[in-house]
Amino acid sequence: MLAADTHGFLSPTGVEIAFFLVGLVTFGAALVTVTTRQLVHAALWLVVTLGGLAVEYLLLTAEFIAWVQVLIYVGSVVVLLLFGLMLTRAPIGRSPDADSGNRWAALTVAVIAAAALIWVVVDAFRTTWIDLDGAPAGSTEVTGKALFQNWVLPFEALSVLLLAALVGAIVLSRKAKADATPAADGGAAGPDGGGAAKADKEGAR
Amino acid sequence: MHLAYPAVLSALLFCTGLYGVLARRNAILVLMSVELMLNAVNLNLVAFDVWLSRAAEETLHSGQALTLFTIAIAAAEIGIGLAIVLSVYRNRGTSDIDKLRDTAEGHESDTPDSEAPVDEKADEKAEATA
Repeated sequence: MLAADTHGFLSPTGVEIAFFLVGLVTFGAALVTVTTRQLVHAALWLVVTLGGLAVEYLLLTAEFIAWVQVLIYVGSVVVLLLFGLMLTRAPIGRSPDADSGNRWAALTVAVIAAAALIWVVVDAFRTTWIDLDGAPAGSTEVTGKALFQNWVLPFEALSVLLLAALVGAIVLSRKAKADATPAADGGAAGPDGGGAAKADKEGAR
Repeated sequence: MHLAYPAVLSALLFCTGLYGVLARRNAILVLMSVELMLNAVNLNLVAFDVWLSRAAEETLHSGQALTLFTIAIAAAEIGIGLAIVLSVYRNRGTSDIDKLRDTAEGHESDTPDSEAPVDEKADEKAEATA
């Protein structure tokens, strides 16, 4: 782009340094998440990864997405995962069989994929800069306008999908011959996280 | 900011999630790795949306709208996925993927009870769509 003349590889700006450092923490936490042998620690390192990604969204001036990330992922998805670990009686200490036998094949595939992707991406966007000055590109006002002017129909379809997922989770986690728990019991559970958590609790019975 | 920073971080996170999906045995750990891959895609969408909202004249902010949709779908997916894992655990007493091989092709010819294969098919389907 035009801005390529005034920027350089060897003089990173403050935002770039901050992005790099937070990215380092995020990537390290992701690596620990997929390699640790303690199942509960994996869920807790996932919190660090998702929180780091929220900070990256803030650095990219997408505030609304950052807070939605904190609310949905850190707030509800990790709690659901911890509930799942608890209900499947995951061992608290180290579990020796957390990794399967095809570990080295998986490592090979992942490293090759990473090398190919990074090569292509760096080669393609070598001279492209994001302009972060001026008004934020993802403030609540901008996102709300875009969502409710151009994306109303997908938005409404998504709410139907969430309702279907809610009913599906309840049906799946009922006992085969449920005695006295009607399926409509989670109908007022609101958004996905609450409904699915309720379904999980129901599954514990 | 250079566009390569978020793009490279996203590629690295995606490949970390890929390794986790392929190498883990516990179904819940596989779901965590799927979340990592989805988040890598979200970072890419946001970065390219911020870039294009300045470089182009008028955009629909499609990157951010799609990110919000992805987050909502991921929340639904984790709810359904955990419900399936719990139902498999209740029927089989394990959430180890390597032990759920009723639909595997080939040498093993054990025939389990009637409703167990349905669960496993659903489990695989959930992972495939995630």
